[in-house]
Amino acid sequence: MTYLKRSPWIIHYDASSCNGCDIEVLACLTPMYDVERFGIVNTGNPKHADIFVVTGSINEQNREVVKNIYEQMPDPKVVVAVGICAASGGVFRECYNVTGGIDKIIPVDVYVPGCAARPESIIDGIVKSLSILEEKRTKMNTPAAKKDALGGGIQ
Amino acid sequence: MSKKIVVPFGPQHPVLPEPIHLDLVLEDETVVDVVPSIGYIHRGLETLVAKREFTEYVYIAERTCGICSFIHGMTYCQGVEQIMDLEVPARAHYLRTIWSEYSRLHSHLLWLGLFADAMGFENLFMNSWRLREFVLDVLEETTGGRVIQGSCKVGGVRRDISNEKLSAMAADLKGFETELVDLSEVFLHDDSLKSRLVGVGTLSRTDAYDLGAAGPAARGSGVAIDLRKTGYAAYRELRFEPATESAGDCYARCAVRIRELFSSIDLIRQAVEKIPEGEIEVKVKGTPDGEYFSRSEQPRGELVHYLKGNGTKHLVRSRIRTPTLTNVPPLVKMLQGCELADVPVIVLSIDPCIGCMER
Repeated sequence: MTYLKRSPWIIHYDASSCNGCDIEVLACLTPMYDVERFGIVNTGNPKHADIFVVTGSINEQNREVVKNIYEQMPDPKVVVAVGICAASGGVFRECYNVTGGIDKIIPVDVYVPGCAARPESIIDGIVKSLSILEEKRTKMNTPAAKKDALGGGIQ
Repeated sequence: MSKKIVVPFGPQHPVLPEPIHLDLVLEDETVVDVVPSIGYIHRGLETLVAKREFTEYVYIAERTCGICSFIHGMTYCQGVEQIMDLEVPARAHYLRTIWSEYSRLHSHLLWLGLFADAMGFENLFMNSWRLREFVLDVLEETTGGRVIQGSCKVGGVRRDISNEKLSAMAADLKGFETELVDLSEVFLHDDSLKSRLVGVGTLSRTDAYDLGAAGPAARGSGVAIDLRKTGYAAYRELRFEPATESAGDCYARCAVRIRELFSSIDLIRQAVEKIPEGEIEVKVKGTPDGEYFSRSEQPRGELVHYLKGNGTKHLVRSRIRTPTLTNVPPLVKMLQGCELADVPVIVLSIDPCIGCMER
């Protein structure tokens, strides 16, 4: 993992998951898997976060909450959809209150399959998202992108 | 009198692994009233009974909640079996009991960790979850799944555990128990923890009963309700007493859960000793026609699955009532009069499982 030069912080939100994936996301932080040794920290504040880890399939009530968290995160940011519910709605896709997939609301960079997703695959997904994060950062730092970000008018 | 202000708590909040929203009405630092609002995880899975056959719905029932998934599946199966008059083999009953108790162990350890985290005691959180991995390893070895097991089916269980493996499981519990003693020592006797828990979020016995508290929230206030005493699965053949405390504060609820951890270990040992030989499932013939209230004791309290069939492959109605929902009115009572800084600890003390609650 030569690209792990920084300490990426994650924010986790449960968008109508059954809890199975959520406790596996938390299990990643604890001594058995311990992602904190790589400098990956779970934060509660969207403005501190680089990686948005979402579980569950989004319902009518939390749609705005997910959008809000995503919009509050500073660029560059990546979204990891954990579990099959987050990818497509999973076993709940036919329920009346389920939108079916995070990508219907916000752009998703990495999908982690599984019901519930295993901690190993969640870590794998987050590691994959790190390289995407790095790419986005590089892209952001090109002179053209910087000019765009400043509205193009400032010298 | 000072001015009242409203502080929103959640749905996305650092101490909450799952979203619930509370409007806290404050007078200075004191919480005078709480208005909970829910619905952030509602999926509407009860309606899926119309789209899944009654034998397939076990998967959905299990996914009501990822923490007590096995117990949800089992309660659903028990309901269907009662409607259809199926005689489940004794060995299956014992296996269900063993898996239920392992689920309780993992759920309570998970809770102890989150509870410690809510108090800002991160080391204890890590240690509780380290110990929890032992339980998850056993569940994975015997069922194939860490948090969603899928080992229960209508008419019995999906796989057997060999007698050698059962004895090995019982033997392994010894080391686990020793570590658990050390862990509970901190939770029950550490001064800084006690100062955060004793006398905080008190719920009187009458309030607990009147407001319909369930599980450790009720038992912490001295109401000795434990559905396992009704004798479903193999519990009628095992000896145990519901753990109760009388103080009704956060410390009492924590003490109840710690005693239940030890009682679960004891129940597993008894079950391993008494488990009979034989079949693990019966063949399911016909379709359910009738209705039944299937009740069981989840780690968080009383779980009810109401099922109604009309003789077709699809049930007409499923209604799930989970303990967290009944524990919300007692929670509001506990929070009234507390300090703002104690809110996370008190909310965690009922062990909220929002995934279950909203289904």
